[in-house]
Amino acid sequence: MKKIISLAAAILLSAILFSGCGSDNVTCLNVYNWGEYISDGSEGSFDTIREFENWYFENYGQKIKVNYDTFASNEDMYNKLSNGAVSYDVIIPSDYMIDRMRNEGMLLPLNYENIPNYQNIDDSFRGLYYDPENLYSIPYTYGVVGIIYNANKVDEADAKGWDLMWNEKYKGDILQFNNPRDAFATAQYKLGLDVNDLDHEKWELALTEMKKQFPLVKSFVMDEVFNMMEAGEASVAAYYAGDYFTMADNQADSVDLRFYYPERTNYFIDAMCIPSCCQNKELAEIFINYMLSPEAAIANAEYISYASPNSAVYNDPSYAEDMGEEAMEILYPGIENFNELYNTYSFRNLGPETLIYLVNLWEQLKIS
Amino acid sequence: MKTTSKIYTALIMIFLFAPIAVLLIFSFNESKSLSVFSGFSLHWYSELFHDYATLNALKNTVLLAVCASVIATVTGTAAAVGITKMRNKYLKVTLNTVTNIPMINPDIITGISLMLMFVFVGRLFGAATSLNFGTMLISHITFCLPYVILQVLPKLQQMDKALPEAAMDLGCTPFKAFYKVIIPEILPGIVTGMIMAFTLSLDDFVISYFTSGNGFQTLPIRIYNMTKKTVTPKMYALATLIFFVILMLLLISNLADSEGDKTIKEARKRKKMRKATEAAN
Repeated sequence: MKKIISLAAAILLSAILFSGCGSDNVTCLNVYNWGEYISDGSEGSFDTIREFENWYFENYGQKIKVNYDTFASNEDMYNKLSNGAVSYDVIIPSDYMIDRMRNEGMLLPLNYENIPNYQNIDDSFRGLYYDPENLYSIPYTYGVVGIIYNANKVDEADAKGWDLMWNEKYKGDILQFNNPRDAFATAQYKLGLDVNDLDHEKWELALTEMKKQFPLVKSFVMDEVFNMMEAGEASVAAYYAGDYFTMADNQADSVDLRFYYPERTNYFIDAMCIPSCCQNKELAEIFINYMLSPEAAIANAEYISYASPNSAVYNDPSYAEDMGEEAMEILYPGIENFNELYNTYSFRNLGPETLIYLVNLWEQLKIS
Repeated sequence: MKTTSKIYTALIMIFLFAPIAVLLIFSFNESKSLSVFSGFSLHWYSELFHDYATLNALKNTVLLAVCASVIATVTGTAAAVGITKMRNKYLKVTLNTVTNIPMINPDIITGISLMLMFVFVGRLFGAATSLNFGTMLISHITFCLPYVILQVLPKLQQMDKALPEAAMDLGCTPFKAFYKVIIPEILPGIVTGMIMAFTLSLDDFVISYFTSGNGFQTLPIRIYNMTKKTVTPKMYALATLIFFVILMLLLISNLADSEGDKTIKEARKRKKMRKATEAAN
């Protein structure tokens, strides 16, 4: 018993000693990102965090330690940061959350002198609604929602627009998003409504459309969509373009997954920001700059398989070769008018009143 | 009747272990899919041992579980000894009930209230961050403690109260009597309690989720956060390994428990025999 106690005490003591940052001349950088959202060295890929630590040591002669933590949703991240429970130097939230945090003064303006690689970001990805003056954020990935279908079950002729998800022929074979915002958006895009409308009557129209679809839907899913589509348990689903490649790579022999974009669809951007609780702003900016460098950006784009807003990535021939022709066409359908499409079709913060109303509609749909 | 009961048992076993069996099988899958088995391979096991973020999360989880279970066992045992020695019956009952509250309380309430308390205290002292390894350790000790007490208390009540008294009569100091007589008597309870605390701490998600801070995330949190993309099959491999470790621990704990019961029964038998011979004489 004595031995166990003393052993535990020793472990505890060492844990507390070694976990402290700045205690032994090591500066810490705290990064908060989505799970599985960085190239981490698995299957022989580029280990971004370790490479950054080494790169920093070679260039600045100082040892640093990156504490890399993950979150599962924008709201989780917001809750942890807003009540002062944690402190991070770099965060990577989505567009609407950046808008909200910017308005609440939770972000610090970036010093672009430390981020020369910002030049890699095309004008199409600058001045977007969530950060009109490019003060607070640098885009990391972007994505577009499209429709994935199993060509062995679905007629090519039916695979057009949002109508496929309302096609009676595929009753019990259709998957819908299991969160109100994304699910209602499919109906709104189908009807040509504005997804950011605050008008309740417009939302009622979307609800009517959703009720028409309800009997056709097999189930409401989020990441379960991968297994269901890969195994051919369902034949039609709307999901992100980048995730389609993951599904196509793992599809069963009897399944032939294809992908297309409907005319109106959802766009999202996840961008790197520095929150106001940041303790080492310059180091955070150096990290962001490193993430924009061709080496790290290409590795991350390949790992995540979402589109990258970094011209050093999408103009790189070896990246294009690795991804394949089909993937390049789907991921980068043309960025000339991205700015306009994005500002029209992306989700904005609806405000608490409309969000509560939306949750009510969602419940009405689920019990109908 | 016999066949019905056999079918019933089989069904329960299937419901309990089918999900784990699926996980186990797909951890050996060649491809990434959880629906198509394309061939046997140890690929995901080798990937797992090269994934340093996951191994770090595992290290955090184990470190936390070891510290929490050891501290909870020591304090829990002390609390149990204290409770049995109480003279005031009402106070005893009250204390027994109060210690059970963290066990009955929903995890989510324990988690949120602990987080709010840590943030409040952190602000009071003007700390930049209020959540860290220490706060997580406190939370884990909090919810492990009642389980330890629950395991140790009955052993103390089963114990012959004359034993420590006899030891002190023969010249033991109270501490030595506790150390030499009481501890060996209640050891099975302590071991079971510690193993229970360890497993509970190991797989806790809800409370850890609310109280985790900078640079210290446990494995359940890491796996949950993977859901933006898919959970990689590395996790199936890891879950399989963890399952077997937990299984071993449970076997050991059950073994210790039954051994303990055996010694108690033997002691009682001996006592009865002695009484019987005394009576005969």
